[in-house]
Amino acid sequence: MEKRVFFKGWWLPALLVAPQLLISFVFFFYPSGQAIWNSLFLPDPFGLKTEFVGLDNFRFLLSDPYYLASFKTTVIFSTAVSVSSMALGLYLAALADRLIKGAGVYQTLLIWPYAIAPAIAGVLWLFMFNGNIGLASYYLKALGYEWNHTLKGDQAMFLVILASSWGRISYNFLFFLAGLQAIPKSIIEAAAIDGASFWKRFGTIVIPLLSPITFFLLVVNIVYAFFDTFGVIHTITSGGPEQSTTILVYKVFSDGFVSQDLGSSAAQSVILLVLVGILTVIQFKYIERKVHY
Amino acid sequence: MKHLKAIIASIALFVMFAGTTVQAKVEIQWWHAFGGRLGELLDEQVNKFNASQNKYTVVHTRKGNYSETLNAGIAAFRAGQHPNILMVFEVGTASLMAAKGAYVPMYQLMKDAGQSFNPKGFVSAVSGYYTTTDGKMLSMPYNSSTPVLWVNKDLMKKAGLDPEMDLSTWKRVGNALDAAKAKGIDMPFCTCWHSWVHLENFSAYHNIPFATKANGFAGLDTELSFNSPVHIKHIQTLGKWAQEGKFKYMGRRNEAGKNFRAGECMLMTESSAGYAGIKKEAKFEFGIRHLPYYGGTEAPQNTIIGGSSLWALSGKSKEENKATAAFLAFLSKTDIQAKWHQDTGYLGVTTAAAKKTKSSGFYKSNPGTDLAGIQMMRNKVTQNSKGLRLGSFDQIRGIIDEEMEGVYSGKKTAQVALDSAVRRGNVLLRRFERANK
Repeated sequence: MEKRVFFKGWWLPALLVAPQLLISFVFFFYPSGQAIWNSLFLPDPFGLKTEFVGLDNFRFLLSDPYYLASFKTTVIFSTAVSVSSMALGLYLAALADRLIKGAGVYQTLLIWPYAIAPAIAGVLWLFMFNGNIGLASYYLKALGYEWNHTLKGDQAMFLVILASSWGRISYNFLFFLAGLQAIPKSIIEAAAIDGASFWKRFGTIVIPLLSPITFFLLVVNIVYAFFDTFGVIHTITSGGPEQSTTILVYKVFSDGFVSQDLGSSAAQSVILLVLVGILTVIQFKYIERKVHY
Repeated sequence: MKHLKAIIASIALFVMFAGTTVQAKVEIQWWHAFGGRLGELLDEQVNKFNASQNKYTVVHTRKGNYSETLNAGIAAFRAGQHPNILMVFEVGTASLMAAKGAYVPMYQLMKDAGQSFNPKGFVSAVSGYYTTTDGKMLSMPYNSSTPVLWVNKDLMKKAGLDPEMDLSTWKRVGNALDAAKAKGIDMPFCTCWHSWVHLENFSAYHNIPFATKANGFAGLDTELSFNSPVHIKHIQTLGKWAQEGKFKYMGRRNEAGKNFRAGECMLMTESSAGYAGIKKEAKFEFGIRHLPYYGGTEAPQNTIIGGSSLWALSGKSKEENKATAAFLAFLSKTDIQAKWHQDTGYLGVTTAAAKKTKSSGFYKSNPGTDLAGIQMMRNKVTQNSKGLRLGSFDQIRGIIDEEMEGVYSGKKTAQVALDSAVRRGNVLLRRFERANK
């Protein structure tokens, strides 16, 4: 049974949606419009003159093999960050959920890293793996493993994934823990009495009941990996070596704010906007169907 | 909440200082990139100026590293919140020059303010970088250095080498590295600023063009040309050394300086201005040598500068511009320049300062500190050794960095990497040319 409520008149509903519309306009439509407009121009850095170039900024980008390669980098990075932080978050939540003593302490400590800003998290990890003074790189060297993320692309990628996932594990942990605690104990106990093993119970009861939260976290984590990680990348690798950690949003940032090429940066924002739009549609259309509410 | 606090704090500050600003002291802002020891020395200069007269006050602010300072200045200019004086590193010179209307040219600034100012007083190898082809000086040279070879003499001895051995050519350096590696020295060679040292200065030193059109001095339609056989030979050599564990790459900027100062690296190519830090921190005997070259070429020609100049940004009142002119004229005074040169290892950018330093006996008691100056001025400057004037060069350096990292890690040959860097860099040069027609 669906309930429908109708308003009499138009001003109350208009008033109620106005804040949301205003926020959408100020923080989404206006900047997106600006990005689309700017992507058609080639301005000089100081903003003294600008030239209309049509779609040349896009042509310039799409003919750059390094730009095309950064799509692949983005996919690898985002998948690794989302999957690893969600898997670890779920694992820790499952453990913390079974705690009898000291649950509060563990939970607080596990949530702690979330309070650290991405750029600062980046600096912390950089310190540990720094080739000169890092403890981690020192011990790795003692074990006979040469660590030099300024030169080795896969090591650099590993490090930015590690630093980006770290704070996210806490966030995912928090949601998974809340989800686990919301599952009625009676269902699990009933299954246990019927002889279902722990893994059987986890696979057939817990996972499906967690699916709305998992779906929510998937969307949020992918958005995070796509957009909020440039601070980590900027502090650790600046996109290098050889652009092996240059993800799309980092290139928007570095071309716009480091290289002052605002035309190209705007064009990249537009491409990113379209891409994330498509991704969101796919997520809601195909993955959400598998979610049990 | 944060904003509210900031607003209250700024109102409080305003009220506190409103009384003092009424006295007609003109205040000007200077944004720069110096922290650490250099920052202290810069602060000293500013304090000296502020104490020397009572009409003007200079306020200096550090805005991060060179690139960050330039970007902060540009962003502030777009927002109309820019400082009077902006420190721009040599790489950003072409970008500033092309932005006519964003700055007041130095000769103009000095003329308008009635300051006596003699551009001829500057060493031409330095001032040439900041002067138009028709001889007008646009910005004021501040700190200039050139790359030299730093030697850890203790490690040389450990490697069984004579610490005073001839290291003038790359071949001899190679032999020394072989010996060091054989004796188990972990980091025989390292470098800072690898594009600046091993491509930009390398080109000037061997008198071969880095880019066409006199390295960009003769026009915006310049094209990169650092993929000649001599360049390739050198980068391939570095790549080989990296593969063999003789050269350790520590990063794009001056990261390797830490390893040298800590006594880990035997030979390092780094700016002469590494002097301040090395002198302070090194717990070993160090030496300074000329940058090595390849025998059989016309080399060595002369090396070029790195460092920064000060630009007077436009859109400021006449009074403020006068203050800027007075401050910049103060900075170019002989005793200020001589002190800066001796404290930092940067070159003496005025001939008078260099002379004064020499007559004071500084070079005698600090052997090697005169090498940078000699190396820059050893020959008559050619089209290839005057410097570089390339747009978007900070970005192009980023591309060069990336491609050379490919060589050091063994993924690319020098030929492939340099060809690719030239091709990608040229795309940016064309884009810059188009935006600045």
